[in-house]
Order: sequence, then structure tokens, then C-alpha cells
Amino acid sequence: MLRSALLLGLGRGPLGRGLSTHRGGSTLDWERKVSEIKKKIQSILPGGAWDPLYNTSYLPPEHADVVIVGGGVLGLSVAYWLKKLEKPRGAIRVLVVERDHTYSRASTVLSVGGIRQQFSVPENVQLSLFSVDFLRNINEYLAVVDDPPLDIQFNPSGYLLLASEKGAAIMENNVKVQRQEGAKVCLMSPEQLRNKFPWINTEGVALASYGMEQEGWFDPWCLLQGLRRKVQSMGVLFCQGEVTRFVSSSHHMETMSGEEVNLKRIHEVHVKIDQSLEYQPVECAIVINAAGAWSGQVAELAGIGKGPPGTLQGTKLPVELRKRYVYLWHCPQGPGLETPFVIDPSGTYFRREGLGQNYLGGCSPTEEEEPDPGNLEVDHDFFQDKVWPTLAQRVPAFESLKVRSAWAGYYDYNTFDQNGVVGPHPLVLNMYFATGFSGHGLQQAPAVGRAVAEMVLEGHFKTINLSSFLFSRFYLGEKVQERNII
Amino acid sequence: MAAPRASLHLVARVWNGGTRGIRGPSRVLAPEGNQKEGRSLLRFLADRFHDVEVLRDYLLRKQVMKVNQKNRPFIYIKQRYGPYVAGAYFILKQGGAVRFQGKEWIRPNQRGHFSLDFLKLQAVPVEAVDASGCAINYQGLDSLLALKELQSLWLQHCPHVDDWCLSRLHPLASSLQELSLAGCPRISERGLACLHHLWNLRRLDISDLPAVSNPGLTRILVEEMLPNCEVLGADWAQGLKLGPEEQSRDPASPMPA
Ligand SMILES: Cc1cc2nc3c(=O)[nH]c(=O)nc-3n(C[C@H](O)[C@H](O)[C@H](O)COP(=O)(O)OP(=O)(O)OC[C@H]3O[C@@H](n4cnc5c(N)ncnc54)[C@H](O)[C@@H]3O)c2cc1C
Repeated sequence: MLRSALLLGLGRGPLGRGLSTHRGGSTLDWERKVSEIKKKIQSILPGGAWDPLYNTSYLPPEHADVVIVGGGVLGLSVAYWLKKLEKPRGAIRVLVVERDHTYSRASTVLSVGGIRQQFSVPENVQLSLFSVDFLRNINEYLAVVDDPPLDIQFNPSGYLLLASEKGAAIMENNVKVQRQEGAKVCLMSPEQLRNKFPWINTEGVALASYGMEQEGWFDPWCLLQGLRRKVQSMGVLFCQGEVTRFVSSSHHMETMSGEEVNLKRIHEVHVKIDQSLEYQPVECAIVINAAGAWSGQVAELAGIGKGPPGTLQGTKLPVELRKRYVYLWHCPQGPGLETPFVIDPSGTYFRREGLGQNYLGGCSPTEEEEPDPGNLEVDHDFFQDKVWPTLAQRVPAFESLKVRSAWAGYYDYNTFDQNGVVGPHPLVLNMYFATGFSGHGLQQAPAVGRAVAEMVLEGHFKTINLSSFLFSRFYLGEKVQERNII
Repeated sequence: MAAPRASLHLVARVWNGGTRGIRGPSRVLAPEGNQKEGRSLLRFLADRFHDVEVLRDYLLRKQVMKVNQKNRPFIYIKQRYGPYVAGAYFILKQGGAVRFQGKEWIRPNQRGHFSLDFLKLQAVPVEAVDASGCAINYQGLDSLLALKELQSLWLQHCPHVDDWCLSRLHPLASSLQELSLAGCPRISERGLACLHHLWNLRRLDISDLPAVSNPGLTRILVEEMLPNCEVLGADWAQGLKLGPEEQSRDPASPMPA
């Protein structure tokens, strides 16, 4: 008995060991293979590592609490603040619908990345101050564990606005407002201007205002990517597709004055999947219209503006596509490292780009000369005829320059007063806007996202009061207009 | 014992990652592989357990908070003793050195202690500050900017001094004559561009800035921008560079003359 048991034990011993070593060997082998395969996959993938950017083409979910139309900087900022301010964590399901994940036509990545506080509307100054604080602390706001910190490449070179004699008084008033809000802006006489920036021709300039701090330009692509990375880590869902339809219910109501109104509520968003005829309905409670230059069209899909003219129902979202050109030129004798973002009384602007005496700039065409926004082709004659003459007049060194490249992008142009539209629609009760910023949407995005999230979650603005940016101003005819200094 | 080590593993260092000149705690740590394993385990846990993720998030935030805490202004001292003493106290607390007008350098000893004799120098302006290697950041500059007569400022190897900080130096324009930014890991040509405000500058050290993409060209452009200023660039200072420690032991001159 004992012997056989011993034998058995002995016999099992080596056998067991044999088996286990064998198994151990195979695991080792297998692990090595797996790691080889992993390496292979990693090397094949663009960027070398798994990149969430390329993994978002799956179908949208069947329902989400908040659907954000447009994944540009404004849409992502709203998503970020919704997740940041939600209580408890993970309470709301946010879906961002973006039709083009390469952002080939999105304004965000085609902008020139400027940020300034030199506005005349106090709300704009506040929005911009909040945003610059956000950008400065971007690695506190948008830090993702295990990912490298962001470098938004901020150039703190300031904005230099020039005013003619006619505009000088307005400029002085504007600077008063800016200083009251806490911006560090100083006024300069032509004499001081010549001393500081000898390359400027001060002819026709009566006064200049110059931002000493917190103004300049940064890399919009980096902000966009940082927001994407962060919101993804916070659990925001992405899908690639186009919002083509809203399914809504409506109630007829009568106002106190006896006027009949049609209150609407969106229940479903139809998302057309990229490159197919299929669409997927997404049930939702709230829709955020952050479709940038296309937000007017998205509003129309929800029936906004389809009513008798002059009524609230017939009031459109006045946001249109407006094509703007940006030119990049080289000028060996051009202004140096100290060059700020200069805006001429004529509206022509330029700034330095990098270290190699390259500059970029442009100007807005007059209302009559607005180019056809059907495509993003660049009109090079526009530079020759409109931009260059004013540039060379202001900075004589620019008389000899060479245009290196150019591109065009769309302003999300608000034809009513060129300012943002923020907050809910008075009739389509669950559609909120974050659009219409017409050329300053990038710099205000961090603050606007927060304002919209506050509106959605709390029902009112908390950090910055943006009541004057509500949709109802289009019906009431109350313009919030920047007082330009031209 | 385990706690501080664990916290080092838990989060990637936010600011100091990949920079030279800062002796981050990770170098003292066990071999690289070990650390990686620890991190990937935590990453694994974080992917699966919400709590671990929240904890790591919190720790990341705490790192930042610690730096911010160090940069709080001493409001009481400022009210009681005025801006010069408050500024000096702030710098000394951070481990830097100060010199009041016509006086000797004051600097903390090895254990961070310093004599409070300078509290009586309320009316004497501070003319030189050596904050090399200190944790001073954008917010902490408030205390420095109150020193209106400051002539010399050394900010060598400061891990938290960045381009945003440089854009804040303009209030010192009329007094500041000497500025050293050598070895600051986060300063790039973008921040250097705003030094044109400092028209009184006679001497500027911008050597050994790893974030500057093109040091040679940048130096030339800075020289053009500040024609009355001697600019020390990368090549010039290579052989002369002193670590922040060596400097602080030499009380007479905080920078090679
Ligand atoms: C040349 C130029 C220079 C500029 N310079 C500055 C500047 O210096 N500073 C500044 O602050 N701002 C500037 N701007 C303005 C700024 O770029 C915009 O205000 C801002 O980017 C708007 O952000 P957005 O997210 O609303 O728009 P976008 O970035 O355009 O994002 C909107 C997104 O919505 C998507 N979308 C649209 N319709 C649908 C749909 N039906 N379904 C799904 N997705 C949809 C689009 O694909 C797009 O990606 C500039 C703009 C231009 C064109």
C-alpha cells in the first residue's frame, strides 16, 4: 500500500512537474507571441499606438440624454462642461454627432487661433477672460491620466488695434470697458507706437490699443484634440454621421395676448451614417445645436423659422456660411519677434507665424463682395486687390512679399449682430444653441460651453450672464453689437 | 512607506515629464521596468474600476494643487510689512535668495531656515532676486511683480515658469536690467517674444532652454528685438553652466560674472 502510494506520489511528482513545466513553457511562448502580435498591430496603426480618434465610426446608441450636433470646439466644450458639472458623476449620457472626423471644413481648425479681450460688449470681454484662464490652466482642466500634457502653443504677443481719428473716441470707451472687466489693455499715441514698433506707418492712426497680457494666438487643433481626448475619457460617446432630421411633437398654446404659438419638443434625432443610406434614430431629451456655420440649417431641420414672418415662430436662426480667406506670406525684411496681432482701421489684420519671417492675415470682404460659400477655393486676386495695398500702406516693409500659401474657412456668421447665440430656443423647448460667434467663436468656446451646460443643468446662467445672447433677441430686435473702431 | 511610492506610480508627472534640469523623484525610484509594470497594473485597474480611476484623477489634481499652494501670496505679511518684505519672504520661503538695496544677500540655510531680521527693512526696496530652482509659477509672480525696483532676477531651472509667466513681467520694465531664464524647461520662443516690453534690460540669459525649437535663430531674433541688451544664448554658456545648487551655495554672486 505504502509502496504503491509512494510510487504513485513519486510517479505523479515528475509527471505533474513535467506537465506544469510544459504548460509554463507554452504560456511563455504564447505570451511572447501575443506581445509580438501586439507590437505588430501597434506598428501598423497610424501614430504607432491605439488612437481613439480612429475608432469612432460605430453606430450611435439608441438613446442618449443629450445629443450635441457638431463636434467642433463649441460642441466639445459643451460636452466637457456637461460632464464636468453633472451630479452625480456619470448621470447623463452625452452623444456628440460629427459628420466629418477629419474636420476638413470645420471652422475651428481653419481659424487663425487668435484670442483677445479687446471687445466692446462686456459679455464678450468676460467670455474671453474666462477662456484665457482655461487655456492657461488647460492641463488642469483637460488632464488625462497616462496621457502627455497638452501644449497649446500660446503666443502671448497681444493684439494691437489701430484707430483712425473717427474711431479714437470709441476706442477709448471700449478700453474703459475692457479695463473694468479686468483686461490688461493700454492706449498708445502714434508717437509711442512709432517708438515701440518702428515698422508701423502711423499715417491716419490717431490712437492704438494694445493688449499687454492674455492676448495672442494658439493652436486650435491642439485645443480640439485635447477636448476630444478629455471628453472621451469622461465617457462622452462619439459617432460619425450627419443629423438629417428631428422627430418632434408639438402643442398649440395661446399666449396671454391671445397670440397662438406652437411649442415643440424634439424626441428623436435621425443620424445618417457616413457613406451609407442608412440612418439611426437616437432618442434624446436635449439637443445642442453646435453645428457652427451650418447651425442655421440644423435649426431649420427643427422647424425653426418656419412660420409667418414677423412672429417668433417665423424667426430664423440668422447664422450663415461666410467664406473668409487667410493668406500666408514671407517677407525677409518684415517686422520681428515683437510683432503682435495687428488690426488696421480698415479691418485688415496680420500676425507673425513662427520664426522665419512668415506672416498670415487677411480681411473681411464688404457685404456686396461676399464670395460664394459653395466651396473653399481661395481667390488670390482678393489678396492683390484688397489685402496687400492696405498691408503695404501700414507696414512699408510688406511692399515686397511673397505669398506662400492660402486657405479659406467658414465664419459661423450671425447676420443679425455678429455675436453668439447661446441658450434654449423659446419655442423648440429642448434645443439649445452654442453658435453664431462670427469670427471669435474659438476663443470663447471654453466659456460658452460652460454657460450652455449651466443652462441645461441648472436652468440659468451662473458664471457669466449671457441673457443678452439668447435667441429671443432676434424676434425682439435687440442687437448686441460690437462698437467697431473703424 | 508605501504611500508616497504608490502615489508616484499612480500618476504620470504632469509638468516635469521629459524635461532636463529638474531632478524629479522618479529618478530615485526603482528600475524603469518595475515602474512601468506598476503603472500598467494601475492602468488595468483604472480601466475596470471606477474608483481607481477617480483616485488617480484626484492624485493628478493634487500634484497641481501642491504647486498652487506653494504660490499663495502672504497677504498678512504684505498688509503688515509692505510689498518688499512680503516679496522677500515669499522668495525665501520658496528656497530662493533676495538682496535688499545696499545690503547683503539673504538666503535660507540647508534646512530652509532664514533669519527674520529683514522684517525691519520695510522701506528698503528689493533690488535682486534669485529664485533659481524654485517652484514659482504664474500665480506666484504676483509677489515678485510688487517689487517695483527690482533690477536683477534669476529664474534659472524653474520648472513652472512658462511662456505665460514671461508675458506678465512687463510691470518691471522700467527697473529690470538683468534677467536669467537659463534652463527653464517650459519656456519657448513664444514667451521670449514678449520680453520686448523690458526695454531697460542690459543682460539676458536664455541658454539651455529645451522647449525652444530653434535656439540659434531665436537668439538672433531676441538680440534684434532688444538691441541694447547682451543676450547669452545656448552656445555661449555651454561650458559655464552651473546647477542651481552650486549657485545657491555661492552667496556673493548668483551668476557667473
Ligand atoms: C478664417 C477664420 C479665422 C478665424 N479666426 C478666429 C480667431 O482668430 N479667433 C477666434 O476665436 N475665432 C476665429 N474664427 C472663428 C472660429 O473658428 C469659429 O467661431 C469657431 O471655430 C466655431 O466653432 P464651432 O465648433 O461652432 O464650428 P466648427 O468647428 O465648424 O464645428 C461645427 C461642426 O459641426 C459639424 N456639423 C455641421 N452640421 C452637422 C450635421 N447636420 N450633423 C453632424 N455634424 C454637423 C461640422 O462638420 C463641423 O465639424 C475664425 C474663423 C475663420 C473661418
